Amino acid sequence: MADNKGVLICGELIDGKPAPSTLELLGGGRALADKLGEPLMLALLGSGLGDAAKEGIAYGADKVFTVDDALLKDYATDAYISVMQKIVQQVAPNILLMGTTPMGRDLAPRLAFKLETAVSMDCLELAIDDASKLMLATRAVFGGNARGVFLCEGTKPQMATVRSKAMDPREADASRTGEIAAIDAGLDASAVRTKVTNTVKEEVAGIKLEDAEVIIAGGRGIASAEGFKMLDPLAATLKAATGASRPPCDNGWVSPSIQIGLTGKIVGPALYIAVAVSGSSQHMAGCSGAKNIVAINKDPEANIFKEARFGVVGDFNKIIPAFTDKVKELVG
Amino acid sequence: MPNMIVCVKQIADPEAPAGSFKIDEAAKTMVPAQGVSQVVSPFDENAAEAALRIKDTQGGKITVISLGKDFVMDVIKKPLSMGADELILLQDPAFEGGDSHSTAYALAMAIKKVGEFDIVFCGRQAADWDAGQVGSGIAEILGIPSVTPAQKVDIADGKVTVERVITDGYEVVEGTAPMLITVSNELGEPRYPKLKGIMAAAKKEPIIWSAADIDADAAKCGAAGTKAKLMKLFVPVKEGKCELIEADSPEEAGVALALKLREARLI
Ligand SMILES: Cc1cc2nc3c(=O)[nH]c(=O)nc-3n(C[C@H](O)[C@H](O)[C@H](O)COP(=O)(O)OP(=O)(O)OC[C@H]3O[C@@H](n4cnc5c(N)ncnc54)[C@H](O)[C@@H]3O)c2cc1C
Ligand SMILES: Nc1ncnc2c1ncn2[C@@H]1O[C@H](COP(=O)(O)O)[C@@H](O)[C@H]1O
Repeated sequence: MADNKGVLICGELIDGKPAPSTLELLGGGRALADKLGEPLMLALLGSGLGDAAKEGIAYGADKVFTVDDALLKDYATDAYISVMQKIVQQVAPNILLMGTTPMGRDLAPRLAFKLETAVSMDCLELAIDDASKLMLATRAVFGGNARGVFLCEGTKPQMATVRSKAMDPREADASRTGEIAAIDAGLDASAVRTKVTNTVKEEVAGIKLEDAEVIIAGGRGIASAEGFKMLDPLAATLKAATGASRPPCDNGWVSPSIQIGLTGKIVGPALYIAVAVSGSSQHMAGCSGAKNIVAINKDPEANIFKEARFGVVGDFNKIIPAFTDKVKELVG
Repeated sequence: MPNMIVCVKQIADPEAPAGSFKIDEAAKTMVPAQGVSQVVSPFDENAAEAALRIKDTQGGKITVISLGKDFVMDVIKKPLSMGADELILLQDPAFEGGDSHSTAYALAMAIKKVGEFDIVFCGRQAADWDAGQVGSGIAEILGIPSVTPAQKVDIADGKVTVERVITDGYEVVEGTAPMLITVSNELGEPRYPKLKGIMAAAKKEPIIWSAADIDADAAKCGAAGTKAKLMKLFVPVKEGKCELIEADSPEEAGVALALKLREARLI
């Protein structure tokens, strides 16, 4: 066990390219690997991997393991668990990281139980303890009200999934060199017990929440789908994406795909305008990376005012139209 | 008719006002504030609802299992009052101080003792430590397939069809029972218990099992079976310097806010 070496990232691909979460992990993982004086490795599972491995090296990996197999085209729990178990046995990494994505959330805990080791889910920060050289994994607990720092003492690999935007990718350096090694999946189709028969994805029109520089987020106080329409002219003027807290999604006023928070999207805009959002810890978990939060809420005691830089206490129905007109005048 | 198991955890209300949240840093525990009630962890109510929707159309049996201590009967019986059939409480000092590994182990041993089942439902994450591991862990220990997290679950002739929540949508996943499924809020609101259900639940005695009752290996239970060590628990400090824009009317406040954001070069 003492021989486990290196930081291994289980990467993800979007349209054949390393996903943003993977680039972030390569950035954060590089720092851990350097501190330990150990290599940074990347595992890429998929079908038709193309140049993704080279990109992995450009973004910081020393070694990339590619597993190219038709059965790995889309994420399937059994197939990915089996391949990752094989890689971990072959490579014996010290640390194994994934993104807190639909894949990482499903794969990491099950793999940890298979490998009989601990995983810290949805981490905000990873560091190496000077004395023990073990990984300190900081994660939000109690809905974001507190932070817990966890250590995996007796077993390897030390595992974690990392929240989106918690780490910064490095600049790509095409001149970096590294090793690429193909690993055979060795999968037996009959061992994959679940099958994806259909995927239904909503095409997001306009600016994606994850990339937006300005976000207008509506909460329960917006009270209806029509209420959300009142935010549209403002969003259009500011070239903003529209987001929501959970209740508007649960109530069907807006699409569940625009939920921001602990179990929704993680955003980090320059400006986040929260309208009729109370600022629950679970909501703030998704937007505390915003550089400036502006709150419009009729309740002066609302928690959102503790998180905001600017605030207006009052009824959004009256504030938003006047605010929008003035913004149009100033911006337009 | 499907046999279903639902794992639920009793926790302090996760939606209590942020201001009431307190921890004991030395003991590394959360301190339940005055007036904050105990609840069934919200996603576990969604899990119970998923099982009940199957029972609504096909019948079958729902067994609820909870591991913990200091159970509040009115709270932990909620799934029964919603329409579940049995309640098993895993209560033993040996289970205390556990983490995801020891909790999943004890729940898996209890499920083995229950015997036959088609689907085990869990919440996507318990809303106290937000770990999101125990469901997958139970599936791994039992050696059954798992799908996480679900917004819709159907079963017909042992074939299970799940809508799995993914970014910007869902995927339809098919497999065969027995299976473990974790459930998310996208499934929809859990039903309110009806008076009849509440009365039936009040009369129902929970079954209480100790570690010995489920043949659990003491070394894998509670604190002895943990693999993750909590080094520190703290509440992050917030700057909390909000500049409130004041004006004579809401309309004027809207105008003033726009000017303020311009001045701060935010728009
Ligand atoms: C495990 C877990 C995970 C969760 N994940 C998420 C998540 O990912 N994202 C998320 O958002 N939530 C999440 N939640 C739910 C969260 O706890 C809160 O319930 C939710 O964020 C509250 O949304 P809200 O602020 O819109 O509603 P409320 O808390 O009801 O607040 C509505 C606000 O609107 C104000 N208001 C009402 N009318 C007006 C008006 N006319 N003008 C101005 N202001 C008005 C009120 O003063 C109030 O402050 C989660 C909960 C749990 C337990
Ligand atoms: N003590 C417990 N008793 C019963 N079920 C539990 C317990 N802890 C966790 N679970 C189940 O496992 C799910 C995930 O929990 P966790 O991994 O702790 O976030 C929960 O939503 C419950 O369904």
